[in-house]
Amino acid sequence: MYDAGKIIPGLIIFLIIITFPLWYSLGQSAPVLGYQVETPEIEQLEEKKCVESVSYMRASHMRLLDDWRNEVVRNSRRTYINTAGKTCEISLEETCFGCHTNKADFCDACHSSLNVEPDCWNCHSDPKESQL
Amino acid sequence: MTVNRRKFIGAGLLTLSGLVLLPTINVFAGIDKNKLPEGTVRWGMAVDMKVLATEGPKALEEAAAVCHRIHNVPEIEVEAEAVKWIWGELYEKSFADQKHPYLNEFFLDSLFPVLCNHCDNAPCVRVCPTGATFKREDGIVMMDYHRCIGCRYCMAACPFGARSFNFRDPHPYVKEPNSEYPLRQRGVVEKCNFCAERLAVGKQPACVEANDALVFGDLNDKTSNIWKLLNSRYSIRRRPELGTGPNIYYLV
Repeated sequence: MYDAGKIIPGLIIFLIIITFPLWYSLGQSAPVLGYQVETPEIEQLEEKKCVESVSYMRASHMRLLDDWRNEVVRNSRRTYINTAGKTCEISLEETCFGCHTNKADFCDACHSSLNVEPDCWNCHSDPKESQL
Repeated sequence: MTVNRRKFIGAGLLTLSGLVLLPTINVFAGIDKNKLPEGTVRWGMAVDMKVLATEGPKALEEAAAVCHRIHNVPEIEVEAEAVKWIWGELYEKSFADQKHPYLNEFFLDSLFPVLCNHCDNAPCVRVCPTGATFKREDGIVMMDYHRCIGCRYCMAACPFGARSFNFRDPHPYVKEPNSEYPLRQRGVVEKCNFCAERLAVGKQPACVEANDALVFGDLNDKTSNIWKLLNSRYSIRRRPELGTGPNIYYLV
């Protein structure tokens, strides 16, 4: 091989740079998202449970909200039956924000640390705003 | 097997007769495509102009204000950018094609409440490229604001001018937002939704509740008030000749 002395170190440097996202966070603990679940409304609940399990909500709340939107707007169905068989009203304003009144510490804290910008609040009112 | 001219023409005629088979059967079986099946809900509204005339000039404005307040419709002063769901329009604007020089003064002077007609064959639904505007089974022409891309084809297609575009962010123009109903954002079209969110919980539309001249109900139900009213009084619709099948009736 001609110029092996340049090509092989070059390839190694290239591999190191391209795999940067994979090895950079090695050995570090997962970032703290710093969101707060507790609100006075949740404190008062007898059974502190969301419409689905915490792990499901954490991973797939966006899909659930998407399904809810289609159910209400497209199919005119306004009740949701969760995996435990309980029913609840499909409403971002009533059901979600009824308990999660701390948008800044709950929704925004997580979204901003993950750098996602959902446009829900362009139209749907933020619970703080409606308290004013 | 070879196809000769006789067989070819025979097959052609058989195909043609197949095309008229279904319509012929439908006629003999008494099936009318334009007629709704029994039990299907078809929401409609009747406006009793005589009752409206007795209520005074402010009544219609107040009903519109109630609608606009609960649906967070922005109040924009600039007429070209104003957003309206229901409003009053003179006969010469709302029924321009039926105006003539010898018309009764009552028609010329009164304001006719105009809103989305929730047409049976809605042109806005047909032109919407994203399916943001669609027809529900109960006849309501509904909008999914999430999908609206603001192309305004629907506004061009609607012969009633019932749709408004959000030229600017509506938030500063909604003085007291109703937290139970979402706002819209800049760049989407909006219109009357026949209070779909109120019908879902068994309430009447807000304007109907606010004004006795407006009657709402199921046009396909012979026991409903609206059916009885339309059956007993003469009613007109806006631009029926266009074939969109408007569902707002004006009792005159």
